[in-house]
Amino acid sequence: MNAAVIVFPGSNCDRDVAVALEASMGTKPAMVWHRDTELPEADLVVVPGGFSYGDYLRCGAMAAHSPIMREVKARAERGMRVLGICNGFQILTEAGLLPGVLMRNRALKFICRDVFLRVENDRSDFCRYYRAGDVVRFPIAHAEGNYFVDPHTYREMEDNGQIAFRYCGRDGNVDAEANPNGSLGNVAGVYNDRFNVLGLMPHPERLAENLLGGSDGKLMFDSLVEALS
Amino acid sequence: MSTQITPDVIAQHGIKPDEYRRILEILGREPNLTELGIFSVMWSEHCSYKSSKLWLKTLPTKAPWVICGPGENAGVIDIGDGQAAIFKMESHNHPSFIEPYQGAATGVGGILRDVFTMGARPIANLNALRFGEPAHAKTRHLVAGVVAGIGGYGNCVGVPTVGGQCDFHSSYNGNILVNAMTVGLADKDRIFYSAAAGVGNPVVYVGSKTGRDGIHGATMASAEFDENSEEKRPTVQVGDPFTEKLLIEACLELMATDVIVAIQDMGAAGLTSSSFEMASKGGLGVELDLDLVPMRETGMSAYEIMLSESQERMLMILKPGKEEVAKAIFDKWELDFAIIGRLTDTGRMVLKRHGQVEADLPIDPLAQASPEYDRPWVAPAKRPVVEAAEVPHHEPLEALKTLLACPDLASKRWIWEQYDHMVMGDTVQRPGGDAAVVRVHGSRKALAMTTDVTPRYCLADPYEGGRQAVAEAYRNLSAVGALPLAVTDNLNFGNPEKPEIMGQIVEAVRGMGQACRELDFPVVSGNVSLYNETQGNAILPTPTIGAVGLLAEVDKMATLAFKSDGHAVVLVGETKGWLGASLYLRELCGREDGAPPPVMLHRERRAGELVRQLIGDGLVQACHDVSDGGLLVAVAEMAMASERRVGAALEAPSTLPLAAWCFGEDQGRYLLEVRDDDLALVLEEAAKYDTAARVVGRTGGHVVSVGGRAVAVEELKAINESWLPGYMGGEMSGH
Repeated sequence: MNAAVIVFPGSNCDRDVAVALEASMGTKPAMVWHRDTELPEADLVVVPGGFSYGDYLRCGAMAAHSPIMREVKARAERGMRVLGICNGFQILTEAGLLPGVLMRNRALKFICRDVFLRVENDRSDFCRYYRAGDVVRFPIAHAEGNYFVDPHTYREMEDNGQIAFRYCGRDGNVDAEANPNGSLGNVAGVYNDRFNVLGLMPHPERLAENLLGGSDGKLMFDSLVEALS
Repeated sequence: MSTQITPDVIAQHGIKPDEYRRILEILGREPNLTELGIFSVMWSEHCSYKSSKLWLKTLPTKAPWVICGPGENAGVIDIGDGQAAIFKMESHNHPSFIEPYQGAATGVGGILRDVFTMGARPIANLNALRFGEPAHAKTRHLVAGVVAGIGGYGNCVGVPTVGGQCDFHSSYNGNILVNAMTVGLADKDRIFYSAAAGVGNPVVYVGSKTGRDGIHGATMASAEFDENSEEKRPTVQVGDPFTEKLLIEACLELMATDVIVAIQDMGAAGLTSSSFEMASKGGLGVELDLDLVPMRETGMSAYEIMLSESQERMLMILKPGKEEVAKAIFDKWELDFAIIGRLTDTGRMVLKRHGQVEADLPIDPLAQASPEYDRPWVAPAKRPVVEAAEVPHHEPLEALKTLLACPDLASKRWIWEQYDHMVMGDTVQRPGGDAAVVRVHGSRKALAMTTDVTPRYCLADPYEGGRQAVAEAYRNLSAVGALPLAVTDNLNFGNPEKPEIMGQIVEAVRGMGQACRELDFPVVSGNVSLYNETQGNAILPTPTIGAVGLLAEVDKMATLAFKSDGHAVVLVGETKGWLGASLYLRELCGREDGAPPPVMLHRERRAGELVRQLIGDGLVQACHDVSDGGLLVAVAEMAMASERRVGAALEAPSTLPLAAWCFGEDQGRYLLEVRDDDLALVLEEAAKYDTAARVVGRTGGHVVSVGGRAVAVEELKAINESWLPGYMGGEMSGH
């Protein structure tokens, strides 16, 4: 598998995701600077977490119009796998690659903690090693992760199986108490309608090694390697 | 500059009449306004350490592993394998009280720059916060703003905020303390210093543009507050963490080449202190054309340019002919880059604006001959020891609940969940333990780090309090299994012109120095914040200690959470039941009197060595140092940290009053969870170290019990977790 990680000047999870990818792939991913206009040959592109261009405007709004994102969009339309994590998810929604928007957290504060997620749809290259209904633990770290989409689209997404992960309790119960940021339907991650693009607020790369407290996130990178090698 | 230098103008610049006479002697003439402004910031307490210098010199600063002690932007220690840890702590107290979000945010920005200026990639931030009493009208607003500011800055630059301390006391009602610490990592042979060299070499300005913000920040930070202090809001700077992130990356990229002669961040007193310090350390002169300084406002005078404290700026001296290499890197990161002058051999600072010489000052007399005071001081009277038998008895588990809900002991999760503490992917021990542990990227070793001080002990006896702050930092690091290496100090006190406050400073520094010497724990960097008084009321003396230790093998690290049922709970160290200046006395008896617990440094050292060895040998399942609130609070903390809520049953000795045994704050103690199979070996090792160790209970059940009664761990956890979110009016879900 060939992978590339997009690096915006304010990206700060680019190294973290590169480390996790390398642990699963055995080789280093290509790091692609935001001003580049061409992507290297890649089966997977990751848009990592951080603050792209400072995000003083709406998160990801400027990054969505950067030179490299035009190329990411073109390749995604041709079926390349794209993973957007945290700020990367925000950028993918702003770029129109995923439905919905990410608003400020309900409590209007940045939240960094482990959360439990229920796997809603495992039929994608991102989730081969998960089963629908599994409860996994990933950390979140964001101030704008409150997912919203209009009711009509939401119903369509549910019918299509585009909801990838929902916030849940330790036992898998999806309820208001398990919702850290006010997301509609506890949505933590969504697919596009062709399932080659996944965006999620939680950080799989942060729990991809037992020494850091768990390795549920590693299975996502292992899944991609399994599917794309 | 036509402004007349009148006694009023001199006083407004915080310059005392005798200091002005000295200025006249140095110059042999009257200064103009720009020159007066420069003297004022360079000789401010904040920049010159004029009241504390004499005493700071007494601190031990050397050890075989110290690469660079105080005097540079940050301290540097050797951590093996050709690597160095670079760290420092700095206060941003006054600005944070006036404008909490920006004050705290720029405090983080400033300390980050101190560390990456030396060539280190910042790998962790910590802080130590003191707020007024919760009932005070401003406290909630200040807590919310400071926490959001620290998070807003650190989260964006992508450096994890991994640890800290947060207390409340009425003495901080009008003067909160925001002490921020950064730890960075560098290659030992790639460390950058600030001494300028090479006559003719270009002086280069990089980073953000200069505006009118923060003019006279250093002078503000060197005066007491009065009822008009909030009008000083315009002297608080505004932070831009995105630019800081660019600056970190650009500087580190430039440092990987071979073009920098010297580099210094523009912190307090901006372009003035950075240019004077670099020139002075190199014994050279500087000529600057201020027209070339990138500016974001029009019509700025030389005075304003030199005194601006606009953030995210650096000054560097480049090797000749390397300007283009450097400029290409700053262009890539879209940061300003300007050659604003040259080094000269005159020993003078010559500043030009619009073709006119606006200042012509000798550098060394300004930078090095700043005033140094031996201010009069009186040692505080020793307080009587509180006899445990005379202290009212409260049922221990009820008292425990009260203590776990009190502001100082309540869980600070509400705070650290607003900080990204995991970015960079190396946070091995997250906030909430005795020390944070951050892996050295790509290796099996890790750095442990902590901030600590107990201000109520420092008020009761600054000498013991100074010793205790160092000893507790040593204990925090030992409790995770790390070898304590060095400390940074952040001395926060009231007005040093009052002999009793000066006495606190002198005594606390004496205590700290003694503890650092006896624990082989040198001071490698630090910062002093004085005049923390409002309308004559001083803060508790607060000499915050930040400390760094090394774990050679990160997977041997200990954590405080109880792991399993049926293990022995072993108490290391001696318990006399010391209740003077304790939290029990304050929270349950409404008394803040008594002498604080004494620190026995030789025992402290032996206990630390023992605990580190036991952890390294894999004989310890969990470890926690016993501090605020005493033994029973420490046991409860170990149980609450346990994912499965493993509790413990304690057996109190009959030789002490129960409350004294449970809540005494005797120093030099640790609690260990030990498997029965390992117990004999653990007790044997303790005997070898001549250190007291005895079994005080067993883990098990989901309750903590003592004196024939029990309380559910879950209930304690709920009490401990609910105070701060309840107080802040926020909601908390999960966990």
